[in-house]
Amino acid sequence: MGLVSRGAAEAGLGAASAVDRPGPPDAVPNPTPTPPAEGADPGSSRPSMVLKAFFPTCCASADSGLLVGRWVPEQSSAVVLAVVHFPFIPIQVKELLAQVQQASQVGVTVLGTWCHRRQEPEESLGHFLEGLGAIFSHKPWFQLCRERGSKSWSCKATHWQGPASPAASGEDQVMLIFYDQRKVLLSQLHPPTALPNRQAGDTTASAGGLAAVFDTVARSEALFQSDRFDEGPVRLSHWQSEGMEASILVELAKWAAGPVCLFLACLLSLISAASACRVFKLWPLSFIWSKLSTCEQLRHRLEQLTLIFSTQKAESPAQLMRKANMLVSVLLDVALGLMLLSWLHRKDLIGQLADALIPVADHVAEELQHLLQWLMGAPAGLKMNRALDQVLGRFFLYHIHLWISYIHLMSPFIERILWHVGLSACLGLTVALSILSDIIALLTFHIYCFYVYGARLYCLKIHGLSSLWRLFRGKKWNVLRQRVDSCSYDLDQLRLLVVAVQGLIHLLVDLINSLPLYSLGLRLCRPYRLAAGVKFRVLEHETGRPLRLLMQINPLPYSRVVHTYRLPTCGCHPKHSWGSLCRKLFFGELIYPWRQRGNKQD
Amino acid sequence: MEDEQSFSDICGGRLALQRRFYSPSCLEFSLSCPRITLRSLTAVTCTVWLAAYGLFTLCENSMILSAAIFITLLGLLGYLHFVKIDHETLLIIDSLGIQMTSSYASGKESTTFIEMGQVNDVVINEAIYMQKVIYYLCILLKDPVEPHGISQVVPLFQSAKPRLDCLIEVYRSCQDILAHQKATSTSL
Repeated sequence: MGLVSRGAAEAGLGAASAVDRPGPPDAVPNPTPTPPAEGADPGSSRPSMVLKAFFPTCCASADSGLLVGRWVPEQSSAVVLAVVHFPFIPIQVKELLAQVQQASQVGVTVLGTWCHRRQEPEESLGHFLEGLGAIFSHKPWFQLCRERGSKSWSCKATHWQGPASPAASGEDQVMLIFYDQRKVLLSQLHPPTALPNRQAGDTTASAGGLAAVFDTVARSEALFQSDRFDEGPVRLSHWQSEGMEASILVELAKWAAGPVCLFLACLLSLISAASACRVFKLWPLSFIWSKLSTCEQLRHRLEQLTLIFSTQKAESPAQLMRKANMLVSVLLDVALGLMLLSWLHRKDLIGQLADALIPVADHVAEELQHLLQWLMGAPAGLKMNRALDQVLGRFFLYHIHLWISYIHLMSPFIERILWHVGLSACLGLTVALSILSDIIALLTFHIYCFYVYGARLYCLKIHGLSSLWRLFRGKKWNVLRQRVDSCSYDLDQLRLLVVAVQGLIHLLVDLINSLPLYSLGLRLCRPYRLAAGVKFRVLEHETGRPLRLLMQINPLPYSRVVHTYRLPTCGCHPKHSWGSLCRKLFFGELIYPWRQRGNKQD
Repeated sequence: MEDEQSFSDICGGRLALQRRFYSPSCLEFSLSCPRITLRSLTAVTCTVWLAAYGLFTLCENSMILSAAIFITLLGLLGYLHFVKIDHETLLIIDSLGIQMTSSYASGKESTTFIEMGQVNDVVINEAIYMQKVIYYLCILLKDPVEPHGISQVVPLFQSAKPRLDCLIEVYRSCQDILAHQKATSTSL
């Protein structure tokens, strides 16, 4: 056939509503007799099938033409991707579709005709459109029709039997579902976690139900490359037909990303090679490095930066999200660190801190000594084991004396050390917090020793009491005689405070490290990108017309966003959550304020 | 085609069931819960303010009164936005799926859609709820591993909690559509 002129398409098509006529026993044999369903004639052998047609909202106002898309037989649904306008040459349309099919592995074909008419239909167009059905044979052949300026649609799907018996073709009911093509293209469906077999990157487009629709649209990008300003042989209408969307900044960033990534990757590999050199592996240094949280944090950041600036592209959307999350988290960290630095320098807080440090340390030591003297006497009138009192008390007093001497020794250098440490906030707020935590640990090391002794003794006492309780309940067990009655040393408020503060700082650092900020920002600003599912709304319905639905994207709830895209931390503190921190304090189990290498499982 | 009927829930409150029949293959049920009454709102506000005034006379700190006002306002907003459900809707579309929407009193809507391929059946179950035995409508989901097994039970109308007569109405219409769906899917 030659050129099909546009003028013939202006005349309308018979707006026959979808009615199920009793057809001959056709190619779908029905061996078991099924009960007649609602709406079917008593004499029909097949219950009325409802076909679904997914139609893009951008094509609802397009001119008449051919419908191009994919037919999914398992769901009996047709996904319309674009509309080919008159005039066209059928051979060229077939060539274009073959190209797209090869590029995208999606079975794109001509599904039917689309008619957007102004006035009442003419009969001649019916034959013309059926002629088209003979050229592009497809079962079932859809004929969608819409009156211009009104909301009444009509659609029918026929099973083309052949030119010999046009009246014997069976018709099915069609349900129209509108979808926003751009949002469905960019969206990523997150199936519910109850189904473990679904992967986001399946190669075949045979995933169930709506996932098939999302997959089809996402992979047909080759079809959306040409817009209406192109001078190609075939004119298409789709979401990009008004012109392709692009941003200058994004294009520039993509072009510049290559060399920048290469340069930064080299730099980072140099740094990691330098830090892995053998000097740092000697025993005292390696022990100290492993215990300081600053070193762990720096190592973690270095790993993250290496991953971000690596020169290979991300393979799956999950990896891309992870890279983006890490980048945003690093940038935010550095920004917060710079803000902290400027605030510190503006108020000259470092000098004030250095000046205040020595008097505070002296005051703390004095208070501790008073407390110990009180405990060595008769605290609150309790008579305790005097010998043990004296031993422990003197031991702790000597500790305090050593520590005070150490602080006084360091006092001339404090300010300079603090100033250099403050500079490290340029590397990020988490690094500054880790350094703060390490300084607290070093300055209060003696208090930590007291805490260890006290906690061990308290733990022993609790175990003793629990074994006594077992005996009280009648079970035979060995009784632990309580030798250490002077360990009614309650955990000193100061010790509790210091240990709790250290635990809190570490939890805060972990939170900043693992929160997926990019994903949260995406969920806030572009909620259709992360989809938990879809939702349907029934549009205005008139009796006799086909049912029309609008499909919208149901965004993922925030809790699932955090759960799915949480960044892996350095695996430290698997036992440290807020609840376990409180539990450990109460029962006297030791809290280690530095990272434990052995417990890396998360 | 729309019609409205009045039922009662398990505590005796009044429910209104609105049924919209779009087509033989698409049906929507909307169950509206009893609204917040002025009496309960006044009672809660009075208790909170009496308690705050009692604390104020003890502590002589006027921050307590402003805090009580804030707490009342924020609590009311939070209750309307996160807790109080205004109406629940069930939309069944033959060969597509079943959609449940809960609309909160502040207008927020939360929707879940289950595809027809995952739906095994819709049944009425009995359950022990506090000291009562109640009936509830639920959707049984198919197990992907075992074809006739059931992997999950999704209860419907959890906030409205209608009684058996209302459930039977909804159940009959759902079963009509599901039977039609099964007939067409076995004939493929």
